[in-house]
Amino acid sequence: MFQIDPMFTRIAADPPAYAHQWRQDNQRPVIGTLCSYAPEEIIAAGGGLPVRLLTTGAGDQGADAHLQAYSCSLVRGVLADFVQGRLDMLDGTVFAHTCDSMQRLSDIRRIAGDGRFHADVVWPANVGGPGAETYAVEILKAFAAAYTERFNLAIDEAALARTAGLYNRIRGLIQRLYAVRRRQPDLMSGRDLSAVVRTAMVMDREILADALEDLVAAMDRETVAARPGKRLVLAGGVCEVPDIYDVIESAGAAVVWDDLCTGYRYAAGRIDTDGDSWTALARRYLQRSVCPAKHAGLTARADELIATAREADADGVVFLFLKFCDPHLFDYPYLKQRLETAGLPCLMIELEGRRFSEGQLRTRCEAFIEML
Amino acid sequence: MTADAACEKRKIQCVARMKEIMTHYYIEAKSAADNGRKVAWITSGGPVEPLIAMDVIPVYPENHGAMIGAAKMGQDLCERAEAMGYSSDLCAYARADIGAAPIDGGPIGGLPRPDMLVCCNNICGTVLKWYEIQARYFDVPLFILDTPVCHTDCTDAVRRYVAGQIRAYIEFLETVCGRPMDRDRMQAVGRLSIEGQRLWQAVLDTAAHRPAPLSAFDAFFHLALIVTLRGTQTAVDYYRDLLGEMRQRIADGIGAVADERYRLLWDNLPVWYRTRWLSEHFAAHGACLVADTYTSAWCSSMPYLDENDFIASMAEGYTRIYLNLGIDQMAEAVIAMIDKYGVDGLVMHSNRSCKPYSLGQYDIQRIVAERRSLPTLMIEADMVDPRAFAESQIETRIDAFMEMIKARKQQRGR
Repeated sequence: MFQIDPMFTRIAADPPAYAHQWRQDNQRPVIGTLCSYAPEEIIAAGGGLPVRLLTTGAGDQGADAHLQAYSCSLVRGVLADFVQGRLDMLDGTVFAHTCDSMQRLSDIRRIAGDGRFHADVVWPANVGGPGAETYAVEILKAFAAAYTERFNLAIDEAALARTAGLYNRIRGLIQRLYAVRRRQPDLMSGRDLSAVVRTAMVMDREILADALEDLVAAMDRETVAARPGKRLVLAGGVCEVPDIYDVIESAGAAVVWDDLCTGYRYAAGRIDTDGDSWTALARRYLQRSVCPAKHAGLTARADELIATAREADADGVVFLFLKFCDPHLFDYPYLKQRLETAGLPCLMIELEGRRFSEGQLRTRCEAFIEML
Repeated sequence: MTADAACEKRKIQCVARMKEIMTHYYIEAKSAADNGRKVAWITSGGPVEPLIAMDVIPVYPENHGAMIGAAKMGQDLCERAEAMGYSSDLCAYARADIGAAPIDGGPIGGLPRPDMLVCCNNICGTVLKWYEIQARYFDVPLFILDTPVCHTDCTDAVRRYVAGQIRAYIEFLETVCGRPMDRDRMQAVGRLSIEGQRLWQAVLDTAAHRPAPLSAFDAFFHLALIVTLRGTQTAVDYYRDLLGEMRQRIADGIGAVADERYRLLWDNLPVWYRTRWLSEHFAAHGACLVADTYTSAWCSSMPYLDENDFIASMAEGYTRIYLNLGIDQMAEAVIAMIDKYGVDGLVMHSNRSCKPYSLGQYDIQRIVAERRSLPTLMIEADMVDPRAFAESQIETRIDAFMEMIKARKQQRGR
């Protein structure tokens, strides 16, 4: 099996350590993001480092003073990381609205008043709705203005266009990785692929692009004998438990594609490089593979998931949800019904943070794969 | 006066009229198809005035959810939704509605079938998902009015964005109804809406009097019209009568609670299936829940509405409602109510069904404690699903809270 550069695994395992070092080395702002709708390109265009925050896994102690137990482990865990000082290397945070829980996490962080930069980029919830694009351009510009003013930076049209090019290169390379995976799922472990994508949300994007280039080139040269087994799509929100890939692979199946916030949804789409850069950036977000917290039509998510699964020649879909993740949990019955009608069985796994019973997870996955 | 006679005297006379109006409203809504009228399901914070102006009957699944909760039918309908695959962690209004739709469940035999759905996300993101589900189920057009959260302020970009959608909303209604909107009628409906809100706020304001002539539990009941019939003469007339009755109660010295000694403020939606139990339990301590953040939310955008140009002011009015603000602004509103109504303590319903209302309550509690040194009781429950209500635990906590309030008041009285 192809081995990735251990750098990817190391960064994915401890983003704060990487961010801390990067800040020391570069003396430029590090900005935490909590959603794949956070406009990273603007942060990068100003010279800062956008770092996607997942929980560090150190627990949610300290979150109880602010959040009830019925908020999801991502919201509670990230807040605990802030409260406990594990994210002190951040110069600021940008919230992209996302959902009701993130909306309130943003408030809680803002009124904590620790003097760090705080921004809300409240995207249109109806991504194709009337006036959505014009409004999206305005909020991107407002965010850029607040960010550059705070850190005394400058972002002009040329800088944004350059960053758009960089992000297109990165996303294009991740898309190629996924294409390889679809063709040769046994070439790289799912755990490694997940580490690469999560690292892509953290690492200095210039250095990342070169590292991805090397990785894709090396993978293109490799072939591995195909092993018989079921092909699955992993769908849901964030995946903080790469163990799921190990469990599926050891049960004789492979995750050949995903529809995850920490997976392909991050890499989907492309920024048009012709015309106005702000409009092009807004369009990429509004037209990308949609998150369930936004509306892109009544059947959009099901249509896309079925098309993706068919394109990947998948035998079934495994949903991976965080407990209390309302947008995903609301969509689930409809997606399940549509998938089953399309001949694609599915399994739903609900996790609370990184805690799970491996035996139970294994039994459920094995039973599902056997049934396919 | 005997205890029974005193109790009888405290009953609000307008209740009977309210029941009549709501019965008539639901009969009219359920026979809409027979009378050639269209029905729109709309979210509780949604812009109802254009529907009234277009002679469309607005129906509120959230009001239905409250009725389901009050009728203690919540658990059964929530379990039906869970059997359909919906997680028990999801909003109980949504679950009850989704569970009720296929079987015409609930206390009135189900809601009338919608011809269209109007979803305004100024109250939560849940409604977006809920209305997508119902739009697929009923196969009817869905209009989404997207009102970005104003964490700190309402920007011009937001105003322009929402104003554009209000125009699109009117076009949507004109298309579905097949006729243009009568702008004069719309303006008249706008005036009635503002008048209704003013009167409703005036009714709530009477609770600033000691003893309060009505409690939050009464307000939960009388709220129905400002939600469902806002923009109609019926609502205006009703609230005018109710205001008259409240003023008379003040003149006659009639309080909602016998021997009111402690005044409390309620935060969040009611626990619909336990309102009476809670009301009686607090009353037994001489405590009256004199105000709440929920029923006044329907008046929270009044400063932004313009009765002379209602349509133009709707964008800001519907965006800057209580739940669509940052929790620091919500805390300011809570503090203003504490001062206005002269309360001794805050009762917060930590409502599993409503994340935008509940997450952040601990910070609001802290801000209130810092600014007004008020004690808070946190009740963990759910607005419709009784499985989240631990009666004996809540009873113990209320008793302990009231002991604290009493001791504090005694201390201050010295």
